[in-house]
Amino acid sequence: MKRRNLTAFAALVVVVLVASGAYTWRAVVRSHAEQKKPTQVEQADLATLSRQPRIVFRSTATGNLYGRVAEVALDDPAGPRAFTGVTCDRIDAQAAQAACLRTKPGVVTTWEAELLDADWKVTSSWALPGVPSRTRLSPDGTLVGTTAFVTGHSYASTNFSTVTEIHGTDGTDYGNIEDYRLIEDGHTIRPVDRNMWGVTFADDNTFYATTQSKSMGHTWLVKGDLARRTLTVVVDHVECPSLSPDGTRIAFKRNVGEGGATHWTPAVLDLATGTITILSAEKRSVDDQIAWLDSATLMYGVPRDGQTGVSDVWQMPAAGRSSPEVLIKEAWSPSVVKP
Amino acid sequence: MTAEARPRRRSPEERAAALQAIRDRYAEAEPPPAQSQDRRQRRGRVSSTVVTLGIVSLLTDISSESVAAVLPLYITASLGMTTVAYGFIDGLMQGAPSLMRIVAGWMSDKRDHPKRVAALGYALSAATRAILLLSTSLAAVTATVAIDRVGKGIRTAPRDAMIAASSDPRTIGRSFGVHRALDTAGSAIGPLLAFVVLWLIPGGYRNVFVISFGVAVIGVGALVLLVPDLRPRRAAWLERHRSRVARGLPKCKNCTCGVTALAAEGAPTFSWTFLRGRELRRILTVSVVLGLLTVGDGFIYLSLQAKDGFATQWFPLLYVGTNVAYMTLAVPAGRLADKVGRAKVLVWGHVALVGAYLCAGASVSSTSVTLLALLLLGIFYATTDGVLAALVGRLIATESRASAIGTAQSAVDVSRLVASSAFGILWFTIGRSEAVLTVACLLAAAVPAAAYALRHLDAPGTSGGAPDEGRPQPVASERRAGQA
Repeated sequence: MKRRNLTAFAALVVVVLVASGAYTWRAVVRSHAEQKKPTQVEQADLATLSRQPRIVFRSTATGNLYGRVAEVALDDPAGPRAFTGVTCDRIDAQAAQAACLRTKPGVVTTWEAELLDADWKVTSSWALPGVPSRTRLSPDGTLVGTTAFVTGHSYASTNFSTVTEIHGTDGTDYGNIEDYRLIEDGHTIRPVDRNMWGVTFADDNTFYATTQSKSMGHTWLVKGDLARRTLTVVVDHVECPSLSPDGTRIAFKRNVGEGGATHWTPAVLDLATGTITILSAEKRSVDDQIAWLDSATLMYGVPRDGQTGVSDVWQMPAAGRSSPEVLIKEAWSPSVVKP
Repeated sequence: MTAEARPRRRSPEERAAALQAIRDRYAEAEPPPAQSQDRRQRRGRVSSTVVTLGIVSLLTDISSESVAAVLPLYITASLGMTTVAYGFIDGLMQGAPSLMRIVAGWMSDKRDHPKRVAALGYALSAATRAILLLSTSLAAVTATVAIDRVGKGIRTAPRDAMIAASSDPRTIGRSFGVHRALDTAGSAIGPLLAFVVLWLIPGGYRNVFVISFGVAVIGVGALVLLVPDLRPRRAAWLERHRSRVARGLPKCKNCTCGVTALAAEGAPTFSWTFLRGRELRRILTVSVVLGLLTVGDGFIYLSLQAKDGFATQWFPLLYVGTNVAYMTLAVPAGRLADKVGRAKVLVWGHVALVGAYLCAGASVSSTSVTLLALLLLGIFYATTDGVLAALVGRLIATESRASAIGTAQSAVDVSRLVASSAFGILWFTIGRSEAVLTVACLLAAAVPAAAYALRHLDAPGTSGGAPDEGRPQPVASERRAGQA
């Protein structure tokens, strides 16, 4: 019986090794072919595009340029795109610089944040503790906020949290905003759990972000003060804020899912009146930090169904009503840059 | 001459499995040569059953850790969902599987078929990889995490009972050390394997799942096909009832008259009365107290990450570092436990955890502090995880061993879970470093108290004699304290 079992086991090992080996080998070959295949999109000249108003984004068109940062003209977003030499998971660009969060694949995958100059050369970089989530530069270009997902590895357990940090573009480290004092109605509060994500800057000291405490059941919009290291609760049920160019409104995603399900619908908060407009013309769940195309239009990425890793950037009027439309095909993480 | 060395008569009704169990257990039970002064001399080989069980765990851990390492990436990058939703469900799913350990231990003891219960646990975990291959919804991902946990909860106690049943009582610590070293090797290899696959095939999550499923299937195959169907209770009964008369059999082979029954299946049966034992109660109490001061590694890693760039850059690999240290030290720690006493090693191993807390809470930060913290965490696991199972496995008789091991592990699990939740409050109330240092102080105070509470457990048998140099003594309740 022992011998028969041993034979059966050997046979099992051989079958599994051959089957999974063949499957993996085929995938390796196919994936290499795919990465080498030229990306099929109409291309423009980078130097020419960079002199005019444009949208900078991460291109998700498959092929050898997958994941590259690219640009399209602001007045012709569906037109040809110019590719830069850098690859980023998340990108926020301005005329003089860009913040890029990227994955460094390898036997050991690590993640980092980079600051790039106008010629897409790295000027500084620092390590991120986990998968890139959001990044934003401040309007004056002095600050950069980054959010990464961190997996809390207790032995064989998988708990997630976010680490959100603010750095000065001059190299100052303002630390993890989780350590800032959290204030609600003038009192310091200390929820037993808190997660922070999605920084959006008003100026070189004021910013907005999300603070979630599951134990207390809140997902707050908080207003941060860098100098005083405080976060003040503004309003509940606001996630992933994005300040409008004129600084009067905040676009965000609101969880409208029922019975514990998650469904994020874009929404806009008027800071002066506190009025919230939920843009229910968007039926899909939107999981992105919304950006402003102009003072009346939102843009955000939505992954394509059935095409892993490919997403499109959609636009929608900030006042609601009309349905979303595709702004840039095969794109993610857009930002408007004006020279 | 010891009882074990006496030649035994094999009767036909003794099944191969029962024989194997006895053989595995007593093959190495020869007393060491009286003149041997070489302390490092190995006391026989570790049973092949233990090694095979270790390989089964190694394969299963490669399988589950490779998936666990890429799940966050898979959910965010490929499924385009936020991990926050996932984390929420994760928290809910942690308590129940640890209670499964008690149930599985009980099932294993009652039926006297630990292998079948363990196989169910391993098979459940393997099935979760198949779910991942078939469905890509968040619900499916959540289900796989939950079912994997349940599988882990089911298999642990019966498997540890099998290790105990296949080990020489004097070197049981080493047996568990060998098993845990193999098991942890799997946890270290798994994530690396997954990242290599993703490196070769960008976005190749499915390939990780396929490989993980394959490895899990081989693991289950190794258990089902290569590990004997141990019947620990039956084997122990046969061991105690050597004559045909004692076994309730006719006086001669092939006699048909006067057959009463083969009573081996019967008494003594499983009973929860082991919980009334003073020693086990002490172990459980100490485990709960120490467990309440053991916060999740995640907090230690996050503390290190907050102050050290090295820890940030290698954050995803910090636990691999801990596992490498654990793997390397599991066997030496098990041997040490056999030599100086399992309860001692179990309790004093928590000093390493105090050290890891200090590294995390200290205001100094450097690469070496981070590495030291990982080493100390590794020492902590090496001196506690397998050693607890060895201690309980040695203390409790075969009839309820799996239940006792399951109960102890579940007590540790649940109290650590409570500790981590409570620690979250401290973390945000008084600050990272302060919180970690507070727990370090409490634990430093608890360790000597725990050592005092368990001081009798490592003492020699009821005869009260001093321990014989270089030769571990059986604990008081060990039924088979044969060497006298």
